[in-house]
Order: sequence, then C-alpha cells, then structure tokens
Amino acid sequence: MSRAPHTRLARRFAALRTEGRAGLVTFLTAGDPDAKTAWKILKGLPGAGADVIEIGMPFSDPMADGPAIQASSLRALKAGQTLKKTIGVVARFRKADRDTPIVLMGYFNPIYSYGVAKFLKDARAAGVDGLIVVDTPIEEEDELCGPARAAGLDFIQLVAPTTGEARLPKVLARASGFVYYVSITGITGTRSAAVSDVAGAVRRIRRHTHLPIAVGFGIRTPKQAAEIARIAEAAVVGSALINVIADGLDKSDKAKKGLGPRVLGLVTRLARGVRSAKSGRGAKWKAA
Amino acid sequence: MTKRNTYRAGPDEGGHFGIYGGRFVAETLMPLILEVERAYARYKDEPEFLAEKAYYYKHYVGRPSPLYYAKRLSERCGGAKIFFKREDLNHTGAHKVNSCIGQILLARRMGKTRVIAETGAGQHGVATATVCALFDIPCVVYMGTTDVARQAPNVFRMKMLGAEVRAVTSGSATLKDAMNEALRDWVANVHDTYYLIGTVAGPHPYPMMVRDFQSVIGNETREQILELEGRLPDSLVACVGGGSNAMGLFYPFLDEADVRIVGVEAAGDGIRTGRHAASITAGRPGVLHGNRTYLLQDADGQIQEAHSISAGLDYPGIGPEHSWLKDAGRVEYATITDKESVEAFHLLTRTEGIIPALESAHAIAHAVKMAPKLPKSHLMVVSLSGRGDKDLDTIAKISGPASVGEQKKGQPP
Repeated sequence: MSRAPHTRLARRFAALRTEGRAGLVTFLTAGDPDAKTAWKILKGLPGAGADVIEIGMPFSDPMADGPAIQASSLRALKAGQTLKKTIGVVARFRKADRDTPIVLMGYFNPIYSYGVAKFLKDARAAGVDGLIVVDTPIEEEDELCGPARAAGLDFIQLVAPTTGEARLPKVLARASGFVYYVSITGITGTRSAAVSDVAGAVRRIRRHTHLPIAVGFGIRTPKQAAEIARIAEAAVVGSALINVIADGLDKSDKAKKGLGPRVLGLVTRLARGVRSAKSGRGAKWKAA
Repeated sequence: MTKRNTYRAGPDEGGHFGIYGGRFVAETLMPLILEVERAYARYKDEPEFLAEKAYYYKHYVGRPSPLYYAKRLSERCGGAKIFFKREDLNHTGAHKVNSCIGQILLARRMGKTRVIAETGAGQHGVATATVCALFDIPCVVYMGTTDVARQAPNVFRMKMLGAEVRAVTSGSATLKDAMNEALRDWVANVHDTYYLIGTVAGPHPYPMMVRDFQSVIGNETREQILELEGRLPDSLVACVGGGSNAMGLFYPFLDEADVRIVGVEAAGDGIRTGRHAASITAGRPGVLHGNRTYLLQDADGQIQEAHSISAGLDYPGIGPEHSWLKDAGRVEYATITDKESVEAFHLLTRTEGIIPALESAHAIAHAVKMAPKLPKSHLMVVSLSGRGDKDLDTIAKISGPASVGEQKKGQPP
C-alpha cells in the first residue's frame, strides 16, 4: 500500500484487515421507533462494536424487505421521520464521530422526490459515506449510481444468488466501498443461507473484485455472525436488531424503558461473535 | 415537411417511455426480469405462439368481443353515437383474461411451474386462476384484506378454481400492497415462479407485454367500427387504474390524429378531498413497483393510499406509458367520482340491460358527460372493460335494495 485510503469506508476496512478480523455492519431504520430513542441507539453503536453503520431511509413500500423492516419503516414514518431528518441525524452523529462509516440504505423514490443532486450534496455534507439503494440495479445506473460516485459517495452494489456469471463483472465494475452479498433469494429477515453456499458465492465474487465483501440477509445470532466473519470481510445484521426494538414497544408503539441498552446489548454480543472469528484466511481483498 | 413522430414506438430498449417506465427492481429480481424480456422477444411473433394464443382467444375467451351500438343510451344523451367494446362478455367477465392467456402461454414456454399474481377487484385474480386451472399450474393470488372483504364473490371464484388467495394486511391492504407482497414472493421463489402481472405497470417488459396482449381490444375495435360505420371512431373513452384496458383500446389508434382519446381516473370522494386514485390528475412522477410514473405521494416521496369505490382503480400509480402519453399531450385524462360512477352503473343497467363493473362505470359516466355536447355524427367507443356481478354487494350497500326498487317504477337515475 503506497498511500492511505481516502474514504472512510476504505480506511475502516483497511484497519479491520490490519486487525486480522472481519467487521460488523449494523442496520437500523432512521427514526425507529422515534427520533429520540433512535438517536440514543445510533450514538451507542460504535462503542457497542459496530464497525460500519447502515441507516435505513424509511419508505412506505419496501418491496425487498420482510415484515420486521416493513414494520420498522412504518413506525418511523408514523413518528414523523423524513429523508431530511435522516440526513440531519448523520450530521449530528458526525460531530462526535469522524471515523465510523455511515451508509444510507433504502429505496429510490424518497431520494428522487428530494432531488438526486440536492440529496447527494446534502448527504455528502452531512458526512454520509455510501449508499445502498435496493431498486436501482445497474440497468438504471444513470439515475443514482453514476451521480453518487461523481459526488464522492461510495455506491454499494448488491449481488444476489441469482446474479449470473455474465452479469457479475458488470455489477462489480460499478461497485465501490464494499460489495453487499444478499445471501438468500428472498426478503430480509426471513431465512438463512447455508454457510457453504455463502462461502462459494464469496469466492465467486472475489474473482471479480478487490473490494471487501459484506454478507447480509438472515444473519441473526452471534454464532451466525462469526461463521460469516470467517468467510467474508463483514456480516450485516438488521432484522434481528429491529426485532429487539419491536419487542421493546408498548401497545402504542412507544419505547419501553431499557430498549436502547437491549439493542446495544445484542450489538455487543454480535461484535464479540465477529471478533471471535480469526479471519486471516478470509481477508484476501486488497485495499484499493 | 418532416414526418411526425409516432406515438407507438415505445418503449426503448431499457423499457422507457420518455422518462417513464424502466426497471427499478432489486438485483435478485433483475435476472428474472431479463429472462421474461428475452422469452417475450423470442415468442411474441412466433407463428406457433400466435396460433395458440389466437385459438384460446377465439374458442376459450370468446373473442372477438362485440362492438355494440348503445342506441337507447345514445338517444338519452342526445349527442354522440356511443358504442361499447364488450370486454364484459369475455370468459371470466373482463378484459384481464386477454393478457393472462398470453402470459400463461409464455410462462409455459419458459418452463415455469408456479404462477403468482396480485389483484385488486379480483378480476385479474380470477382470470389468472382460470388460466392456471386450464393449464394445471399451481397459483397463488395476493389480495389486500380490504379488497377481499369488498370483492367476496371473486375470492370465492378464485378458490373454486383452485388458487390459493393470500390476504395482505400490510399498508393500506389494497392493490399496491398486494403487488408488494407478490414481488416479495417472487424474490423468494425465483427458480420456478412466473409473476403474472395484471396491468400495464411493473418493470419492463410488463408494461409493453401487457399492452401488446391487450391491444387485441383496439385492433378488433378498428375492424368492427370500419365494418359498422365505414370509418374510424372520433373518440375513445376508457377507465384507468393501472390502465391495461385503456392501453389495449388506445394503442392501435395513437397515431390516428383525428381520434380523440380520453382516459378516466377515479376521483373517489372528489379530488379536493384527497381521497381519490387520480395519479395523473393529482400526482407527480416517482418510482414504485419497478417503474417511474405518476404517483400519489407526499412531499417526502412516501406513497399515499388511494381511495376509490372501485377496487380495480384503487391504485396510487398508473402504467408508465399513460404518464408519457399525458406529458406528450396525446391522451386526455379526466376524473369521475364514486358517486358519478354509481349513477352511471344504474343508468347503463336500466337503459341497456348491461350491468357494468364499477371500474367501467367510470368510463361510462365520463362518456355520458361528453356525449350530449357532441354532434349525432360523432362516433364514440367506450371500453366496457368488465361486468358488474362482482359489485352487487357494494351497490346494495350504497344504494340499498329499497332505492333500487324505487327506481324500477320511474326513470333511470
């Protein structure tokens, strides 16, 4: 390596590689179940062991998500969350934390409605590092992927088990930051993939990219997170954390006492799982 | 003089009609969408495929559907000659079966062994369940719980035909949520499942493919009106939810500059109340369900619930080609309220002995508004997209058996 990586995501994955371990990526929906509780959880995530933070931009019609994330989006929207507020939350987080990468994840319509150019400018200024947008595949790359990269944001491409050999290099050629491998053909938080299938898929992806690979969908327990940490650069956990939120609400969807610490408690256990897995063999990617 | 651009060239290779359409789906689905596109391109003009489709259209669906001159209704309006394209006479009672036949023949050629569909009014669900029974393919239909309640006869029909009806409780529990759920099912069952979309929406190639299959409506209309009147119609009127019966009627006439074309959206309780389903009239462009189109949405880009008495029009979007035709100025879009559609429902029933679907009643209501202002020589074709048997419960609840009895003595309302 001749020079220091110039993006927060690249620096974080380079640091993880130096530590010889994989990372934990957490997903939570912005403003779920309310702005105050969500903020308490967010600012506690790095300390609990989250290496990269994904913040969901809630959308009324999350077609690729299972019941847990659907419900969390609707809770956040009902509590008044907007895209503008979500960007504001990142700006607030950045005042205290200059190192933990933040990736906004969601669907295209709220961004399109906000205005793509304005969104990219505001997100970058707030300290957002990357975007994962579920419904802009490479066929629609001019809508967001191209403009985002031009604006200095990483655009994290999703790769699925259905992404064939001919298509894979085309998807990866448009990826930056890291690659998100969707480990099941299905929606979030439903079933889990067999580790051997994931390992095969990760090898397949690695043939075409030097980017770190994060694996998500269906990872719920510290043990599962550890298994993924042995074969990929990061494990993404979302629905399992959101289930803790859902379980900690009263009948009118208000957070009960102790909700934040319970969410962060699971993050801590997941982080321990990930850190328990010595990943030396797995981390074959090269820092860009 | 340069030749005027055609309105029939779209979509482009990426499925775009101007800025509308496209393929806004998750990566998991993208390879499947491309597979459907390739299969459709391969078979759509193949003689054997066309012959099989024509066979089922004729002997199973009962095509061609009649073009009927509604003499009493026309005289009552005192203006234009009103013709009905009788899609209500199709097997299963609506235009939906036209596309279902085409798509099921395609799904079979693709080797798919399971079919899923979304439905609002239940007409598309019934048509899908029907063709699945015909070809012995397992079928799951997603339907919002609100619609399950108000379209009970169609739910019963689907079940009798062997389909599994899955009630969707998420969101507003109507058509948009049924479509979300169908997409989730498809993502989870990519290897064996064909998603049989009911309207000219969804990701490319669906808007194009469904339009092509439904164009049988307009192509027949053209032949029939030439035979009956010796010339093309002066106007076309059709209701628009997703907009498949409308696209089917309109498409073959888009380049006939002298044919006025009107799509009718559902105004629900009235546009100003905010409780409506008029996405072109009161929405703005956005991305949902795989395509960019006019959508009902709030300032933050969240999709709003649509409201219409007619379950088939109760959708916060519209097919992308309609959005393009609106911006291009080729098609006019009008609105009709719940109340007006119910009045038109009764009017047609009493003057012509035809009970229309509440969806179609929106088109009829607008035609009845237009007709008196037009000369007697004006030829108007209205799409009677479906029959109203499924809506009798809704009508009985609104008008009440008593009011229906009263009308019997006097004039139609």
